[in-house]
Amino acid sequence: MRRNPRLAAICAWGAVLLALGLPVALAATSPWLSYRNPAYVIASFAGIGALALMLLQPLLAAGYLPGPGLARARCWHRWLGAGIVLGTALHVGGLFLTSPDDTLDALLLVAPTPFSVYGVTAMWAILATGLLVLLRRRLGLTLPVWRMAHNALALVAVLATIIHALQIEGTMEPLSKWALCVGVLAASLFTLFDLRLRRPLLRWRGRQPNP
Amino acid sequence: MIPATYARRSFLVAASVAGLAMTQAPLGLLVPARANGFAPTRTMRGGSNNYRPNAPLVSALGSGFIVSGMVRQAGNGAPLKGVRIQIWAATTLGGEREPRNHGSVLTAADGSFRLEMEQIVPNFGQPHAHLAYDDGRFQTVFLRPVLGSPKDRSVQTEFVLAPA
Repeated sequence: MRRNPRLAAICAWGAVLLALGLPVALAATSPWLSYRNPAYVIASFAGIGALALMLLQPLLAAGYLPGPGLARARCWHRWLGAGIVLGTALHVGGLFLTSPDDTLDALLLVAPTPFSVYGVTAMWAILATGLLVLLRRRLGLTLPVWRMAHNALALVAVLATIIHALQIEGTMEPLSKWALCVGVLAASLFTLFDLRLRRPLLRWRGRQPNP
Repeated sequence: MIPATYARRSFLVAASVAGLAMTQAPLGLLVPARANGFAPTRTMRGGSNNYRPNAPLVSALGSGFIVSGMVRQAGNGAPLKGVRIQIWAATTLGGEREPRNHGSVLTAADGSFRLEMEQIVPNFGQPHAHLAYDDGRFQTVFLRPVLGSPKDRSVQTEFVLAPA
């Protein structure tokens, strides 16, 4: 059977964009949106959007998606990373405008809601990831150390965001929310396994003298 | 015949229960009030969020959702009549800071109170109501009951108030 690379690329991108776009689209049909003020609606979708972008981040970092090539995919990865930081800022800012009491409780880790502590953990991990990228040169970290720090922070951000999102009763449709969260987790874990374990081991074995 | 392992397990269970009883018994004697009295309700975390003091007395804030409960005196549990309870929540009218979502009711002779309002909707990740006693005669209490489901049409709660 002949493989059509263009068709394969369209299918891969279509599947990923559907996986992250459908949950956002379904959230946009939530009846609860009409009872919320604009700041709260923006905060809601900034959070959902940041979660959705987390599906693309590992795929772009590893260059799994066909088409752009690794260099351009990494460039997109940086822009989407900035998007996640911006989404987080809009999420927290919008929530603060909607209810300063509830938002401060969450930030000070005294909120009664169990998901708040995960949201705040994710926020700090996302901000730290962004700062680490900006200060990459100034900190003078070697590439392996920087990679480990970036991956560790990103994994904390992903895990905390997923737990945060799953516990919330909000505008996201539950089934598509679960699917997106499982997808984000699977993409993140597989990429970490592939880039940081499988490929280094293969390279290491490749350097071994043949028996 | 009981296998040795079962015998040992039941001995361990019996010993733990006995041990627990021995630690509990003297403590139970030291705090006799707990057994027969009504302990004061404690303010819940986040209960006072978006509180607007002195919400007006209302007969209803809308229709379709019932917030109800009882107000009792700490210790003897006697129902308290004519106590003002302030209630607010995010509903289909808007968020918790929406003035139309704030109202007060007085308890009846049997200590019960009831307020009909618009449907409560999830707010900040949980569908919940806020209730306050804040009138000085008793210690202030803020409650934040969470609905079991956003589809619930009512929520019940109880205040046990201690003298200020």
